[in-house]
Parts: sequence; structure tokens; C-alpha cells
Amino acid sequence: MTFDLTIPSQLLAALTPDLILMAGATLLMVLTALRPEGSASQRGIGKLALVVLVATAVAVVAMIMAGNNVGPGVIAVDRFRWTADLIFIGAAIGTVLLSMEYGDKEHIPQAEVHVLVLFATAGMMTLAAARDLMIVFLGIEIMSIAVYVLAGLNRRSAKAAEGALKYFLLGAFATGFLLYGIALTYGATGSTNLSVIGKVIVDHQLQSQSMLLIGVGLLLVGFGFKVAAVPFHMWAPDVYEGAPTPTTAFMASAVKAAAFAVFLRIWLEAFPQMDRAWILPVWWLAAITMLVGNVVALAQRNIKRLLAYSSVVHSGYLLVAVAAGTRLGSAAFLFYLVAYTIATFGAFAVVTTIGTAGERNQDLSDYEGLWSVRPGLAIAMGVCMLALMGFPLFGGVGFFAKWYLLQAALGSPHNLLPLSVILVLTSVIAAGYYLNVVRVMFMKPRPEGAAEIGPIGPLTQGVLAVTVALIIGLGLFPSQLATWTRGSTPMAPNQTAAQATNK
Amino acid sequence: MLAESLALSAALFAIGVVGVLTRRNAMIVFMCVELMLNAVNLSFVALSRLYGATGQVFVIFVMTVAAAEAAVGLAIVIAIFRHKQTVDLQNINLLRG
Repeated sequence: MTFDLTIPSQLLAALTPDLILMAGATLLMVLTALRPEGSASQRGIGKLALVVLVATAVAVVAMIMAGNNVGPGVIAVDRFRWTADLIFIGAAIGTVLLSMEYGDKEHIPQAEVHVLVLFATAGMMTLAAARDLMIVFLGIEIMSIAVYVLAGLNRRSAKAAEGALKYFLLGAFATGFLLYGIALTYGATGSTNLSVIGKVIVDHQLQSQSMLLIGVGLLLVGFGFKVAAVPFHMWAPDVYEGAPTPTTAFMASAVKAAAFAVFLRIWLEAFPQMDRAWILPVWWLAAITMLVGNVVALAQRNIKRLLAYSSVVHSGYLLVAVAAGTRLGSAAFLFYLVAYTIATFGAFAVVTTIGTAGERNQDLSDYEGLWSVRPGLAIAMGVCMLALMGFPLFGGVGFFAKWYLLQAALGSPHNLLPLSVILVLTSVIAAGYYLNVVRVMFMKPRPEGAAEIGPIGPLTQGVLAVTVALIIGLGLFPSQLATWTRGSTPMAPNQTAAQATNK
Repeated sequence: MLAESLALSAALFAIGVVGVLTRRNAMIVFMCVELMLNAVNLSFVALSRLYGATGQVFVIFVMTVAAAEAAVGLAIVIAIFRHKQTVDLQNINLLRG
């Protein structure tokens, strides 16, 4: 059916999965306050959080099956939203599972961690649905505020507090830019609705109006911070290193995916006619991010910082898909997002396992000879590294993600050939640190007196098995996912209508 | 009136940005961020004279969110003060940037 958002009941129906999640999160928050702090309570709340997430996922799948559509309004109902939602929910389920065992290991008895993950996921789903800059702002803040708390949840760790402070100050700073960009866009076009903005720009020929250009520039700066693109990436390594590892996994995968999803939707729905103005800044942002991120990553010895720079680098790759600005680009973008989220999450899941209490054992030397003591972990980490690198066959889905990305870049109406060349060259640089991790794990002997790796909990084992299976499985059958993402591009309602009449 | 309001808002925003980039006390940096948000609020209110109530509704949302953000932010500042006995960003350097 086609939802008419002016009717309240239909608006609620269009928001069913989001409402299930938000109601569940609120209930759990009350429940957490009522129960005594402790490991049992933490695990209990974690299980309930999983139930809420699975219920939300079921609602999302039901919405996909129903094939719903939507009229003009503040909420999008399309497959782009649902696919993004499933990515967030998957990462949230993984985070809750890892946190349940991590909380016991690190003696963090607070059950709030699970509730905060739910709230952050609710914010992300709001972002994926947003078709109005006001909703975009609310979604970003719901997500960010929950994640600020998550980053500093381990109160005994000075590093975590420092990371949380940096994340908070820079996040709020970025929000300021984003908000000013929204205000100026509103000032230039008189609306905060994405499709209305797009229409007004075309009708009044506002492509080179200075207020709008400054507004779009500020939006780009704000999103640059949120997705950690160079030169706005300085916070990422510190925050990723300081935060509890399951939270880092969540930030590097879901939070980044959410910021990118809404970024792409704004660009494609509100500013498709301004491609000449924004292509150049996005082009440079992508190029610098790929170059700087890869070179700096080579020098990292701490595995969490290495993965942080790796996530910076992948922002650059995703920006290439944004720069393409086509349907093919957006399909490649979504495919890449799926691959990147799974691989990054898996890598951080291994880091969670290796780290002993107090988050030590994060140096690359702690991974030496991992193959001889924990072959399963070494294989999981190896697959994730190869997937992030885009290695054929063993890298599974990662290779096809890069492949589709290159195809989209080369098929773009903008001249992205130099950018594609940079992408390929920097991928070669990336082999320098991804393969180094693999080499250290498989080819070096385990050093004498290396710290004993504790037992791996069944939940963590499950998360690892599923991520590896997904990477390999999607790598063997990439065409289904590719077909799916090709049908899941964000498109303003008036554009869809215009296309339908063209056919 | 509109042009003057927007100019004032831009000036306040710029002061906020410069403050965040140059000041080293976490509390003052945070106040500068709040200044940036309120500068944007001024823009929204000024623009709503032109376009109707949307801008004013937006201001209410921004203020609500800023309040929530302040609560979390101050809690984080207290957490770091317990570890370091200072909120000077120059002394907060366990991580390498």
C-alpha cells in the first residue's frame, strides 16, 4: 500500500519498526533502573534487548514483504531504508552479544549498555527514514548522545573517559556545522523537506545562490566529521582506542553506516541538481581520505588504531560512490556498506576476544603466532582483513564490494577516472597493513611468555562464526545482494513519479 | 532586519568556532559549542519571519537536544575530572591524536 503521511494512523504504520524499537528501549530502561546492578541483571537485560531487536527486524522484514510505498512527506518508505535498518539491527545484535561477555570480563556490571545500544539503533533507523532535515538532526542526535555515553561507559578507565570527552566535544562541534548548514539551506529554499528543497532548487534556479552553497558546504563539513573523512578524522583513532571494544565495533560499523546512509539520501534527494557545486569538494575529500588514511595506517602498531584508520580509509572509498551520484553508485554504495559493516564488526569481535581484562593486548605483537594457539581466531581475523582489503576469493564479499564500486565510479557521468586510479593504488598500499596482520598471525612464532588468551565465550564464538560465514557466503553468491541493492536506491517521491510516467 | 539578524548569527557562530579551536579548557570549549548552536537558533528564528513556523519549531528541537547533550557532556567532564583532577585539554593526553 502507499502510505499517506498526512493521516496520523498511516504515519504510525509507516514507523512500525522504529516504534517497536523505541518502546522496547524505553521499557528496558525502566526495568534496568528497577533491578540491582550485577552480572545476572546485565545478562538478563541483554537477552531482552536481543528480543526487542529481533522483533524490530521481523517488523522490518514484514514491511519489505508488504512492498509498501509512500507519498510525499517527512518519512521515506523504501528498500534503501529497510536495507540500512537491517544493517544497523545486525550490528546492534552483534554488539549486545559481545557486550554481554565483555561486561563480565571487564567487570562492567551496568546493564545500561544494552539499552543505550537500542537507543542508538533507534536514532540510526530514524536517520535511515529521514526525508526532512529536522528528522535528520533529531536522528543524528538520538544516535550520537547514546554513543557518547557508550564510549565512556567504563568509568574506571581514564582512556575511555578521555576518548568520550574528545568524541563528545568534536561530535557537538560537528553538530553545530551540520545545524548551520541546515539553517542556511532552509534560508535559501524555505523548506526543510528534502524533496521540496530539490524541487525549489530546480524551479528557482538556485544552483549557484551563495547562501545555499555555503549551507551545502557546511553540511559537507558536518558529515565529514561524522563519517571521519580526512581532514576531519582526528578524533576517530583516539575515540576508537579509548572506547570499550564492543562499542568501538558498533561505532565503526553501524554509526558510520547510518551517517553515510543519510548523507547519500540528502545528496541524491535534495541536491541532485547541484552536482556541479558539490562534486569537486566530495572528489577531494575522497581522494585525500584514501591517500592520508592508508599511509598513516601503515605506521600503526596498535590494532584498534589500525582498524580506526582502516575505517577512515573506507570512508574515502564510500565517498567515491557518493561522488558517482548515480543509481549504480548508490547500489555500489549500499553493497559496500554491507560488506564493510560485516568485516569491520568481525575484526573488532576478534580484538574483543584477544584483549585481556583492562583492554591490554592490543599491540600487533600480541597477534604474533596466533595461528599456533588459536587457529579459529586467526582464520576469522584473516578473513576479515582480506575482506577489508578486497582480496579475491578469500576476502569473500569484500572483493565484489570494491569491484562494484570501481564499476560505478567508471560509469559515472562525472569524470571519476583519476579517483578510480587513486582507489586502486591506495588499495595496494592497504595490502601493506592488512596483509601484515595476516603475516604476523600465521607466519611468526608465538613469542615466549605471550599472554594467555582467555576462553572464548559461546556468544562471541557465534558472532565470529556468523560474520565469517556471511563474508564467505555473500562472496560466493554476490549477485543476489547486488540485484537487491540495485533495487534499493533512495529516490525522492516526485522523481519516482516522474520515472514511472517515463516508463 | 533579516540581514542584520543573519549577520549577527554568522558572527556569533564564528566566535564559537574560533573558541572551540583555540581555548584549552573543556568547559569553555563546551560553552563555545553551545554558542554555535544558539547562533544557529537565531538564524532559524530570523528566517521564520520569512517562511513561517518551521524555523521556530526547529529552535524548540535544538534547545531540547542541546539540553540533553549538556547533561551527557557535563557527566563526561565530571568523569574525566575524577581521573585527572583537571579539565584542561592540554593535560588530557593519554591518547595520541
